[in-house]
Formats: sequence, structure tokens, C-alpha cells
Amino acid sequence: MSDVTTTPPPTRAAPAPDITSDSGVSSDNEGTFRIGRGSGLALGVAMVWFSLLVMIPLIAVVVTGTEGGWSAFWRAIRNEQTFAAIRLTVGSALIVTLVNVVMGTLIAWVLVRDDFVGKRVLDTLIDIPFALPTIVAGLVLLSLYGPQTPIGIDIANTRKAVLLAFLFVTLPFVVRAVQPVLEQLDREAEQAAASLGASNFTIFRRITLPALTPAIAAGAALSFARGVSEYGSLVLLSGNRPLRTEVTSVRILASIENDNRVGAAAVATVLLAISFVVIVTIDILQRRVARRG
Amino acid sequence: MSRTAPLRTKHLLALTAVAALVVTACGGDDDAADSPSAPAPTEAAGGATDATEPPAAEVNPVINLVGFAVPEAANVAIAKAWGETPAGQGIRFESSYGASGDQSRSVVDGLPADYVHFSVASDVTRLVDNGLVAEDWNAGPNGGVVSSSIVVFGVRPGNPLGIESWDDLIADGIEIVSPNPASSGAARWNALAAWGQVVEHGGTEDEANEFLTALFANVVALPNSGRDATQAFLSGTGNVFLTYENEAILARQNGEPLEYVIPDTTLLIENPGAVLIDANPKATEWLDFVLSPAGQAEFAKKGFRPIVDGADYGEVDGANDPTDPFPAIAHLQTVADDFVSWSDLSKKFFDEETGIVTQIILASGKAEG
Repeated sequence: MSDVTTTPPPTRAAPAPDITSDSGVSSDNEGTFRIGRGSGLALGVAMVWFSLLVMIPLIAVVVTGTEGGWSAFWRAIRNEQTFAAIRLTVGSALIVTLVNVVMGTLIAWVLVRDDFVGKRVLDTLIDIPFALPTIVAGLVLLSLYGPQTPIGIDIANTRKAVLLAFLFVTLPFVVRAVQPVLEQLDREAEQAAASLGASNFTIFRRITLPALTPAIAAGAALSFARGVSEYGSLVLLSGNRPLRTEVTSVRILASIENDNRVGAAAVATVLLAISFVVIVTIDILQRRVARRG
Repeated sequence: MSRTAPLRTKHLLALTAVAALVVTACGGDDDAADSPSAPAPTEAAGGATDATEPPAAEVNPVINLVGFAVPEAANVAIAKAWGETPAGQGIRFESSYGASGDQSRSVVDGLPADYVHFSVASDVTRLVDNGLVAEDWNAGPNGGVVSSSIVVFGVRPGNPLGIESWDDLIADGIEIVSPNPASSGAARWNALAAWGQVVEHGGTEDEANEFLTALFANVVALPNSGRDATQAFLSGTGNVFLTYENEAILARQNGEPLEYVIPDTTLLIENPGAVLIDANPKATEWLDFVLSPAGQAEFAKKGFRPIVDGADYGEVDGANDPTDPFPAIAHLQTVADDFVSWSDLSKKFFDEETGIVTQIILASGKAEG
């Protein structure tokens, strides 16, 4: 900003070119300059957008969480019931993420590499969990996997209910991340490996998988984050039983009901911190796998 | 900075416009995010009331009604009846319904409200504490209460387990669904009723704690609201659910397959209503109508017990006996007589760490271990 306000006086006659030459790095090439200017704008918009939607709310949560000092913060997260809820939520989200990594990749593989009747239908239906209001999803899950189950599976009010609800809402993430990459994947490398006598498994492990790893990791991170925060689809099915099936969101609600916003924000902060660590770990793992390939 | 420096004015303007747009769009969220760290009740109150202040001498035809979810159908019916009287003619309602505590907190955070109708008195007290409702809101003959009901047991059609009393609920093999008293203010009525009936019959507080512990040992699900509990029960969870008479009657009016049992001893549920300090004056007339026999008759038709004499509601569909929908209770407890006040009992029973009910719920989780 200061550049813009200070430069005009000497260059009033032709401001644009002069500013261009001032900005150095990219001025020697008209083409690069245009891109630079465009991406400068994009960067600005992206940062404003990101700050307003993500950074400021997150900081507000953390600031509120630590408002009562470390003791209040510590007390909130050392509550036995809250601790059990965090453990259940994070543990379930991790398990579900692992399942999604395998099943999501498999489904993406089938959708891209195989031809079968109903493929397009399946391809469309994958996204339905996104479109369904979560409370509706909860009702559907309860009627299918609750006491009145028509298919003989009653997992209502057990920890399996939490897993099921997480699986339901996170299914699309890995599939949709892997699918486009798999479609773009150059198959010549696979064919070359096959002609050199590599087994299908070796080809998948040494050639296909490394190319897919970043996409799988991206899907896994999204899947984990969504799982940790899921609430609507599981509350009816899980029964909120203390120390057993109660997820963190219910504990946060309980704090809010008691007008303890600091406690609620403290629990949310712990969840944020754990999610951050997990997502960073997924990224590190991804890089190692991709490098090894 | 050096990268954004060469921006032309046009681009800067575009960027500013986008930013402004975002700021406007997120305004509501920001308020919500800011308020916990720096509660500014007076500001919020100013925002809420400015929007609804009528120009002098002219009647503002809009009443902002903020309520908890359960009485929505009844409020709509009362509003319709009021609209047919001279006082209520031409008045429109801007209504917002949701969980009682959430609604109360929203009003503190600036949700426009002229009239509020909550499940528990402490949700109105919150508004009093923030200067939005007069201190003497409950000084009238109705004590601030606008609708009432009682705690009852929902059972399967035909009551196959023969459940009649509180003691039947702690028998082996009984599976109870109750809304979660930790996360739902309205659910607290149930826990109080279960505890209070022991004391009502001469039990000590320790005995009441024991009873509640036995009861929660039989609880198989703690959904987050009364409505969720109904839903879970109707989907086959449990064989008894703790609910409110009006909720059971409404479910039966909607054709749901359930019956309800009124125990000999139960707790009178009293839902408070109040007009805000700077409200549209019409809201006071509305409250008067809600409290009139005509208003209470509409509540009764939806299953709420009328709080005034002379409400003419005829037969109430969905009641066990539609011609005698609200039978007298042998031992009816009230918060004022048996639990001092909501603020008092909130601390004693529902404090996050030390509350009696909080600890019993935690213990029930451990017992299952």
C-alpha cells in the first residue's frame, strides 16, 4: 500500500509503467508480469477469504478456550467424561480414516478401471452423504441399524454406531480425491512394468500407489477432520451414553447449556490441536510413501 | 506487499468489494465468535431493540417471538385465535424456535425478540441478568409461567410391562430413554421429577440420590432433546421413555403408536414467558391473550395443562381420555415448593462438576464399564 501512495508524484504522467519497473523481479517480461499481477490479486483475495472464514474464528475459539487461564483449561479437559468423549471421537475418526483409505481407494479403482452395469449410478450416489442433512441421515441409520432393523443388524447405543455414522458421512472424501488422479494416470508405466514381469501387486505397490498417495492422504485428512466434528448423524443412533458412546460435541453442548463457554472452547481447542497433529502426520507419512515409491 | 503494489485502482476496488462482501456476510458469525470472549450485553440489547422499536404512536404490526421448539404448534394456534380479536388484528409474528437454552443465548447475543417463551425459568433469568427483561417479570399472578405440563412415562401400546410407578422404572430389564439433562435444559424436568418423588414420600436426599442412580443405570439412551427422545423411542429404543404429557399427547395426535402413564407423584413443568423491556407494546397485549382462558384453551388442545380456570378446550385428541385429558395428580411437586428456584437447583443438580445429576450420570457410565 505504501508503495502505491508514495510513487505517484514523480510518475504522474504514466503511472502504470513506472510502477511496473519499480516492482523489479518480474518486470523484464511482460507475460510474467501479467501472471504476477493476477496471482497477486488472487493471493490477496485468498488471504482475506481464508482469514475471515478460518483464521479469525479459529483464533477466537482458542483465545476463548484459554481465557480462564491454564487451570480452567486443564480442568475442562481433565474431566473424566470429557476425556472419554475425546478419546472415543478421535479414536473412531482414526479408525474410520484407515477404513476409508482402503475402501475409498478400492471404490475409486472400481469406478475408474472397471466397467459394470450401474457404474454411473454408483458414481453419482457416492456424494449423497454430503447432500443429506445429517439429522435425516441419523434417522435413516437408526431405522436401518437400530432396534427395528430390517436387516438384522442392531448397533444402536453402542460404539459401533459412532463408527457407522462416521463411515457414512466420510465415504466420499477418499473416493473423490483419488478418482481424478487415477483417471489421469499414465498407464504406460504400468504396462511397461507388466512387460518386464512385475506382478499385479508389485505394479500397484511400486507404480500406482506412489502416484495416488498424495490424493489418498488429502482424502484421509478431510475424512478425519469431518469425522472428528460429526454430530448430527450419530446423536440419535449412539444414545450419548456417558463414558461409552458420548462424543465430544455432546460434551461441548453440555458446557454451553451451563453457560460455560470457556469450558466449551477449551474442549474445542483440544480437538483442534489433536486434529492438527493428525493431519500433519498424515502429510508426513504421505511424503515418505511417495518418496519411497 | 511488493506483489500487491502494482495493482491498479480497479483491482484494488474489486478486492475491497470482495472483502466488504465477506465482512458483511460473516457479520453474524463474528458477533457469535466475539461475544464469549467479550460479552457486551448492552450492545447486543441495543441492536435487538433498535430494530423493533416502533415509531411513536404508530402500531408496529410485527412481534418477534423467540421460543423453545415444543410449543410451536400451540403458539401458532394462539396467534391465529388472537388475530381474530380486535387487539390482535393485523399483527404478524416473526418466529424463531429451537432448543430453549440456545434460543435464550441467541437473544442475549442480539436475536431480535419482543416476547420469549422458554422451557425453564433460568433461560429467562439469563435475559434479566443481561438487562433485557425486567426484574419483576414473574411478579404477576401467573408467576411468569405461560404454559405447563407434567412429567410422564411414555410406554409401548398396551403398556406390555405394566409400568405404573417410578419404582417400576428401576426394575431389572427396564430400558429407559430420557433426553440428556446435561445438554438439554428441558430434560432437567425429568431428572428433577425422578429425584423429587422420593423426597415427596419422606425419603432422604441420599435415598433420592440412590433412586436416581438406579434409574440412570437403566437408561440406554440420552438423546439431546425431548423430541429426539421421542424419535429414538419410536424407532424401537428402550421400553419406557421419560417425557412430558404435552409431548406424548402431541405424538399421539400425530398418530404415533405410544401410550403414556401418569405416575401418582410427578413434577409440574412450568414454562416461562416474558415480554422484553424495550419490546413492541403489542407484545404485552399478546402475553395477556396467551394467559387468558381463550389462549390457554389453545395450549390445552395441544396437550398443555391450562394454567387458568375457565379455559374451554372441549375434547383433547391424543389424551388417554380425551374427555378428561388432564386428570388431577395425587402428589404434584413444583419447583417453587420443592426445589426453591431454578438458579438454586441448577447449581445443586446440574453443575458441570459437582451437580448431583451430573455425578450420577457419570457414575452410570462407570457402572457399565
